Amino acid sequence: MPRIRLENLVKRYGDVEVLHGINLDMDENEFTVLVGPSGCGKSTTLRMIAGLETVSDGEIFINDRPVSNLEPKARDLAMVFQDYALYPHMNVARNMSFALRLQRRPKKEIDEKVGNVAEMLGLTDFLHRKPGELSGGQRQRVAMGRALTRDAGTFLFDEPLSNLDAKLRGQMRAELALMRQKVRKNMIYVTHDQIEAMTLGDRIVVMHGGYIQQQGTPEELFKRPANKFVAGFLGSPPMNFLEAEIQDLSGQPVVRGKGFELALPAEKAAAAASKTSNAVTLGIRPSDLHFSPDASDQEAVDLRVIVSEYIGAQSVLLCDCGGQKVEVELKSETPIALGETLRFAVNREGIHMFDRETEVAIR
Amino acid sequence: MSVAIKANRLTPYMFLAPAGIILIFALLYPIGYMIYASFLDWSPSQRIGQAEFIGFRNYVNLWGDEAFRESFWVTIRFAAIVVTLEMVLGVGLALLLDRNIKGMAMLRTVFILPMMIAPIVVGLMWRYMYHPTVGIFNRTLKNFGFEGIPWLSDSTWSFIAIVIADVWQWTPFIFILALAAMQSLPRSALEAAEIDGANEWQKIVMIKLPLMMPVLIVTLLLRLIDAFKVLEVILVLTNGGPGLSTEILALRIFRTAQEFQELGEAAAMSNLLLMMLMVLTIGMFAYSRVQEARLARQRAAVEKDAD
Repeated sequence: MPRIRLENLVKRYGDVEVLHGINLDMDENEFTVLVGPSGCGKSTTLRMIAGLETVSDGEIFINDRPVSNLEPKARDLAMVFQDYALYPHMNVARNMSFALRLQRRPKKEIDEKVGNVAEMLGLTDFLHRKPGELSGGQRQRVAMGRALTRDAGTFLFDEPLSNLDAKLRGQMRAELALMRQKVRKNMIYVTHDQIEAMTLGDRIVVMHGGYIQQQGTPEELFKRPANKFVAGFLGSPPMNFLEAEIQDLSGQPVVRGKGFELALPAEKAAAAASKTSNAVTLGIRPSDLHFSPDASDQEAVDLRVIVSEYIGAQSVLLCDCGGQKVEVELKSETPIALGETLRFAVNREGIHMFDRETEVAIR
Repeated sequence: MSVAIKANRLTPYMFLAPAGIILIFALLYPIGYMIYASFLDWSPSQRIGQAEFIGFRNYVNLWGDEAFRESFWVTIRFAAIVVTLEMVLGVGLALLLDRNIKGMAMLRTVFILPMMIAPIVVGLMWRYMYHPTVGIFNRTLKNFGFEGIPWLSDSTWSFIAIVIADVWQWTPFIFILALAAMQSLPRSALEAAEIDGANEWQKIVMIKLPLMMPVLIVTLLLRLIDAFKVLEVILVLTNGGPGLSTEILALRIFRTAQEFQELGEAAAMSNLLLMMLMVLTIGMFAYSRVQEARLARQRAAVEKDAD
């Protein structure tokens, strides 16, 4: 429900600064995902919002009220932890009702709320079990249930699915998406898994090295990455990067590297023209490369297949392009041989270029 | 069965044998001896074979012995009071010191020093401090214009004095065990409680103490067993006096054998003490067995669901 705003948020441990001025606006009822590799500061940011870490500098506003000096309980939050953080000595019902019991709500109201949430999460049969008697997925659900019973304005999730095995993780991800439709609340979700980020978030905030790299809708981030890091982090298999140079071939701008030469769309050429250096990193997603033996020279790259990974209907081919590695996807029934050179057409919109020095996108 | 397999099976017992033999001579034999002696009317001037067998008469005598009942009662009271105080203080200190402050490692080491001092030394040290004229307590009291306290010469004060000395020496034991238990508590559960709205006190009562309970119960039983056997400090401090006010069982046994030369009766007392401690020890093991059984049940339940 509330609007949350982070203003120049800084975290230092002694002399080491781990968060360097985070600015972020989270709208009402928005599902924000903080995503990044481990050590990027995403969990620290979340824990500062929760009040479990002190704020070294900057401020956190909840509905325009500064909260960085308030206790966690005064911030109207519920949180789901990576290791679930259930109270081992209480049964499921008492775990879920803990916050309400602290608030001394009437017993009838507590029972009703716990009952409703338990039903929604399929926990009704387990209310009298202790956490030790539950499987990983069930514990995860209890943790979720405890947050829901609280009925707080904001939900914080700290890598809630990363302790589950792959199959269960997929299941719980779907359940989370479903819960998201039923519960209109502010949710802030931390994960290192880009698939979770893409499937769950209204807004994704990519973090790296204590900085926000880019924020926006999943589509914006996927289609228009702001820099090489974001481009490489989102998407699976990841984007291919090739060292290249921009050249003007008698009025036709091309991007040329070892073993390939691609015609540049006009708007990309214009953006690149403003740069002083011709050296760029070319980025192409596997999904923007299509097997097409008849494509013309300037719309395609020739790739020599080194490894073929069969993963069902699709295979991922690891190829060589002038000494650089490129991954492409291909229908598994396409007859190919290792060592063969194949021609792949490049989507015009799929051409991304990054400054080789600063790694910022050229667009 | 071939010889090789037989030898193989016997190997572990061979390795255990030295320890077993030592146990038999150092533990089982003396206990057997003591049990046998408790049925004898035996004075130190006799060889054990010359002593007269009197059946349960030693035990019956104990039942009617006013002094023994008094010392039994003193022991119970002493153990109950010191263990309660030590539990409260030890756990309280652990709760206070379970945080990261500079010099905490040093402070913790200082806290556990009393436990490392030999009991006789502890007794002597406290005897000097309790001294009616030159002891530090009475000197301090007098400096402030109060009257000195008859620490070791009044029956109530001398009981308090031995309680203080024991609490001083053994609180650290509870403190370090409680601190270790506290530091192994799941951190995130405490953070969850904080977010759920628990204040410090509620966190202690509703999360920390219940989670520490298994360790605390075992600590309590260990300490109780020890408190029943206390001897040296009290021997040095009061030697059981004045009157019988601080004569705990171990001291009574020591004096029965040493001063009254009633070896049979001393053996009977030792036997009673041993049985009492046995009950506590069995209680402790039973408790950990119950805990283990509960964990096993939980694991079984999880596995059944997974099928």
